[in-house]
Amino acid sequence: MAATEGSTATATPAAPPEGEPAAPTVIVDDLHVVYRVRGAAGRAGGGGPAALLRALTRRKGAGAREVHAVRGVSFVARRGEAIGLIGSNGSGKSTLLRAVAGLLPPESGRVYTDGQPSLLGVNAALMNDLSGERNVVLGCLAMGMTPAEVRERYDGIVDFSGINDKGDFISLPMRTYSSGMAARLRFAIAAARDHDVLLIDEALATGDRAFRRRSEKRIKELRERAGTVFLVSHSNKSIRDTCDRAIWLERGELVMDGPAGEVVDAYEASTAD
Amino acid sequence: MHSPESEPSVSTPEPSAAAAAPPRPEPSAAELAARYGLKASGARPRLGRYLADVWRHRHFIDAFARARASAKYSRANLGRLWEVGTPLLNAAVYYLIFGLLLQTDRGVEDFIPFLVTGVFVFTFTQATVLAAVRAISGNLGLIRALHFPRASLPIALAVLQMRQMVVTMGVLLVIVMVTGQFPQWNWLLAVPVLLLQSLFNTGLALIFARLGAKVSDLAQLMPFVMRTWMYASGVMYSIAVMAAHAPAAVQVLLGLNPAALYIDLMRFALIDSFTAADLPPYAWAGASAWALAVLVCGFVYFWKAEESYGRD
Repeated sequence: MAATEGSTATATPAAPPEGEPAAPTVIVDDLHVVYRVRGAAGRAGGGGPAALLRALTRRKGAGAREVHAVRGVSFVARRGEAIGLIGSNGSGKSTLLRAVAGLLPPESGRVYTDGQPSLLGVNAALMNDLSGERNVVLGCLAMGMTPAEVRERYDGIVDFSGINDKGDFISLPMRTYSSGMAARLRFAIAAARDHDVLLIDEALATGDRAFRRRSEKRIKELRERAGTVFLVSHSNKSIRDTCDRAIWLERGELVMDGPAGEVVDAYEASTAD
Repeated sequence: MHSPESEPSVSTPEPSAAAAAPPRPEPSAAELAARYGLKASGARPRLGRYLADVWRHRHFIDAFARARASAKYSRANLGRLWEVGTPLLNAAVYYLIFGLLLQTDRGVEDFIPFLVTGVFVFTFTQATVLAAVRAISGNLGLIRALHFPRASLPIALAVLQMRQMVVTMGVLLVIVMVTGQFPQWNWLLAVPVLLLQSLFNTGLALIFARLGAKVSDLAQLMPFVMRTWMYASGVMYSIAVMAAHAPAAVQVLLGLNPAALYIDLMRFALIDSFTAADLPPYAWAGASAWALAVLVCGFVYFWKAEESYGRD
C-alpha cells in the first residue's frame, strides 16, 4: 500500500496555531484501539466444558485474540468542517468513528471532543418491535428533547425520512421496514437535533436519490451552524460532494489528510492498479 | 500529508511502546483541548451531573416504559387483558399446588389472601430483576445509536413493573375482598409498602442491569436464583411456623430477608388475621433501610460503569 506518496504540502486546518483557525471540535492524539475478540481462538474445542474453561480463564487472556484496529492516528477537526474517511474494508474507519464517539476505549492515546458526538451507523437499529412513530418519539426524548419539542419536530422528521411517501408506514413496527427505510428514519431522527459533532457511518448509502439530496443539504446546514461532520463512505463521489477534507486510513494508520479532492485522487490512484 | 508525528508510531505497533508519546510541536493535544474546553471522549460524568441528567430524561423513562408495556402483549389476541390475566393465573396455579396438593397452609388463617399477597408482592420484585438483567443487552441498538444516561433503561423497566403492580394490586384487593376481608383504613398502609418496595426494586434493577451487561450468562441463571429466593421468602408458607425449630442464625437471616419483609407488611396491611404480632418488631425500619441502601448503592454501582455499556 502506498504509504506516504503525494505529500503535497497543503496547509491542513490542523497545523497552524497562528491566523486564528476555527475552534477545534475533535482532537485525536496518537490513538491506538485494540479489539479483544473472545472465542476466536476457541474453535478447536467447541464443547461445553471447553467453553466453561475459557470463561474461567478469560481474565488471563487465554482464548482472546487481539486486533490492533487503529494505530497511532492523530488529527484535529474544527468547526464547520465536513471530513470524509476513506480506505479499503477493514482499514479502521468505523473503529475510529466509534472511538471518537466514546463507544470504544482507546488502548493508548486520547480523544478529546466538544460535547457529546453522535454516531449514526448502519446497524444501529433502534427498537424493532415498536412502530416508527414510537421510535421517533423515544429517539428524540433520549437525545434530551422535551415532549413539547418532540411534538413540534415530529412532522418534520417523518417528512425528512420519506417513510410515509408510499403510504402510512410510520405506524407499523420497525421490523417491517426495509433496511433503507430503517436507515432513513434513524438518520432523520438523529439529524433533527443540532450536533457539535455528527459521525455518519455509511448511513447515507442505503437511501434513494431524493433522500440523499435531502441529507446532503442537512449536512451542509449542520456545518453552517458550526458543527463538524464525519462521513465514512465507500462512494468517493459522495465524499467529494459533501466533504471539504478527507482522511485516508490503511491498516489502521493514517496515510493522508488533506483537501477532499486531492486525497480521493490519491486514493483512487493507489487502488486503480 | 498531514502529520509527521504519525510516523514514529508506524514503526511501533505495540501500544505500550507507543504510549510514550514522541515530543510534539506546540501546542500539545492536551493543551489545545484544555484551551477550547474539550473533554476526553466517553468519560463518565460526575455523580451529581449524572443524577441531574437522569432527571432530565424522565420523559424518556416514562415514554420508554409505556412503549415497552404496549409492545409486551402486542402479539397476543387478548392484548393488555393479560395484565390482569397473568397475575390471576399465577395465583390460581400457586393455590392449586401449595393450597390443595401440598397443603403448606399449616398454621395460617385466611390462606388464600395470605398466599396471593405473597405471590403478587414477590412477583413484583422478581419481574423487575428478570427484566433488568437484559436492560443493557436487550437495547444495544438504542445504546449504540444515541447518547443518554444508561440508568434510564433499568429505571424505566422498574417503572414498567410499578405500573403493572398497580393493576395487580386491583386484582389483589378484589381477591382479598372475595375471600372475606372488608375494606378498612388499614389498607392504606399498602401505599407506603409499595413505595418502599418500588425503591428497593429500582436499586436491584440498577445492580442487575450492570451485572447482566458484564456477564451475559446471568440472564439464563437468574430465573433459578429468583425461584430459590422466593421459596426462602415465606410466599406460600408461614416462616414463623416452618422455621420454629431452626437454629437462631437461620431465623435471623430469614427475618432480614427484604422480600419477606415487604410481603409480611403487605399482609399486615390487608389481612385482618395477620396482626402486628406476626411482624418482626423492626419490620418498617428494616423495609425502609433496605429500600434506601439498595437504591443508593445500586445507583452508584451502575454509574461506576456508565462509560462501558454498549462496548464490545
